[in-house]
Amino acid sequence: MNQSRFSWFNATSLTFGFAFLYLPMLILVIYSFNESRLVTVWAGFSTKWYGKLLQNDAFLDAAWVTLNVGIWSSTIATVLGTMAAYVMVRSGRFLGRELFSGMIYAPLVMPEVITGLALLLFFLAIGLDRGMVTIILAHTTFSMCYVSVVVTSRLITFDQSLEDAALDLGCTPFDAFRSVTLPIIAPAVISGWLLAFTLSLDDLVIASFTSGPSSTTLPIKVYSAVRMGVSPEINALSTLMIGVVTAGVVAFSLASRKIMINRKSDF
Amino acid sequence: MIKQQAHTIFEPWLNPTEKPIIQFKNVTKRFGDYTAIENLSLDIYSKEFFALLGPSGCGKTTLMRLLAGFEAPSEGKIILDNIDIVNVPPNMREVNMMFQSYALFPHLNVYDNIAFGLRRSTMNKADIPDRVEEMLRLTQLVPLAKRKPHQISGGQRQRVALARSLAKAPKLLLLDEPLGALDKKLRHETQFELMDIQEKTGTTFVIVTHDQEEAMTVASRVAVMDEGKIVQVATPDRIYETPNSIYVADFIGDVNFIKGKSQILEDNKILVNWAEGQQPIIGTSEDRIDNGADITFAIRPEKVTISFEEPLDIANVFKGKILDIAYLGNISTYHLELPTGQNFKAQATNTHRIERRTYTWNDEVWLSWTDTAGVILSE
Repeated sequence: MNQSRFSWFNATSLTFGFAFLYLPMLILVIYSFNESRLVTVWAGFSTKWYGKLLQNDAFLDAAWVTLNVGIWSSTIATVLGTMAAYVMVRSGRFLGRELFSGMIYAPLVMPEVITGLALLLFFLAIGLDRGMVTIILAHTTFSMCYVSVVVTSRLITFDQSLEDAALDLGCTPFDAFRSVTLPIIAPAVISGWLLAFTLSLDDLVIASFTSGPSSTTLPIKVYSAVRMGVSPEINALSTLMIGVVTAGVVAFSLASRKIMINRKSDF
Repeated sequence: MIKQQAHTIFEPWLNPTEKPIIQFKNVTKRFGDYTAIENLSLDIYSKEFFALLGPSGCGKTTLMRLLAGFEAPSEGKIILDNIDIVNVPPNMREVNMMFQSYALFPHLNVYDNIAFGLRRSTMNKADIPDRVEEMLRLTQLVPLAKRKPHQISGGQRQRVALARSLAKAPKLLLLDEPLGALDKKLRHETQFELMDIQEKTGTTFVIVTHDQEEAMTVASRVAVMDEGKIVQVATPDRIYETPNSIYVADFIGDVNFIKGKSQILEDNKILVNWAEGQQPIIGTSEDRIDNGADITFAIRPEKVTISFEEPLDIANVFKGKILDIAYLGNISTYHLELPTGQNFKAQATNTHRIERRTYTWNDEVWLSWTDTAGVILSE
């Protein structure tokens, strides 16, 4: 493209497009600073709902559970998903390879309600009490395939002679993976982890099937609180979550740009 | 030539007491229904620069991967220094490989790439920096030690790959099309560098290439391969001057083939009756040729002399008409037609800078060669 030129058409479509995407969130953020208890009436600027939020133990507990679930489930999913991707890409042809790779991706298209129900029945069958552990297991299950997809696409373009060279220079197969393959595919593995973490943070349906009375995640808490009526406290909480996600995305894109500049490509 | 004088001739393959460092014994490698290597036996001697030459798909790369340990033979033994290495994994073999793509680790700098293998060896940690320095000096990479692979040129990457594979001082170094990615001029320079480094380190080199000129330049012996078999193993000059088959003669360099029937004379000379009403060709053969057998006479274009006057006292003299002239600077190749209509090529060196253009299109000329200029092949 040569010089970008200003035109009314471009300006209008840009405005409408972004308004469509961000106006609802903007309103939410604005009302989180509302003095009034009524959500739809503006009564001046205040940060008192943030203060109230920090004293609300129920919300803080839910946030703690969500964070724990997110970190643990995405970490386990990254390890399992990377292993699955590695095996699928490297093991060459074997009987039922297509079936296996299909089965890794199937949960991507499975309705969440079905996954959630299946997990609930499974946990009941093995007699596992519902709580943080069951949510972690459930989130690992569905986010693992996302990690696998991301890592697979990186491994397909990976020059296998790099691994051969590592073996040739005295590495055991595991050492070759740890000291050559993993550092090179690290950006994809980190992307996979972030994706899994985001999905876990997001999830309402599967968590509502697998959470117990002792542990509730933030989305469930917000959802059940909203049914009682929207409070400015929820707005404040949502604003904080938007802030955290935005910071994460910006940090990641800056970091990956830096990696790209350092590495350019691995011919 | 100079090389041979300085070293008294290096020909361990002619010495029956010399033990080969590598022996392939009846090795077969199959991939499913496809046979990549078929019942192949081969001896390679210590300090040799051995070239595996052939078109793509002839099995040369498979042979190399068998040596490196990335593939296991379906049948047969591979012996390295008296030990059967078939069941030794690649990381336990005293064999290193330089990959066609170089396979430099992109996340490590030049120094760490070279040190990679040493850090995984039994070498004393304190000795590693000295060894890496030595390799950097050998390959003239000292100023680039801290650079990453993407920050250096193709020729420099090639040298890093060489330094890395030589660092562990392997018994055998495998080079898979090592110069394929370089441009022609750099490739020629690097060929001599490779020979120099091979001589300095005294390592046995096995190189895989499809470039016959490269094989002829660097190798002490060349194995010409076709469809999983070795067709001929010999020194470059023997491969060129006494090919054992049409395949080898045709694969290496330019050649004229004339088919005919043999007629044995007394003094080991053979007449090739090649066309009705044409004077037979007089030649010799290393093989035993039966009287009246179907044979092929092969002669290189540069062994043929062109002249306007009919030459005397030379075994073979034929008439030809010039169809085309390819001027290549140092030499000219003449495409000719024999009286039978067969095409024929002859070459002449352009020794004078400004030469009167003696031969031109459609000229009738005499072609002549001695009775030992060509070879007679029994096919």
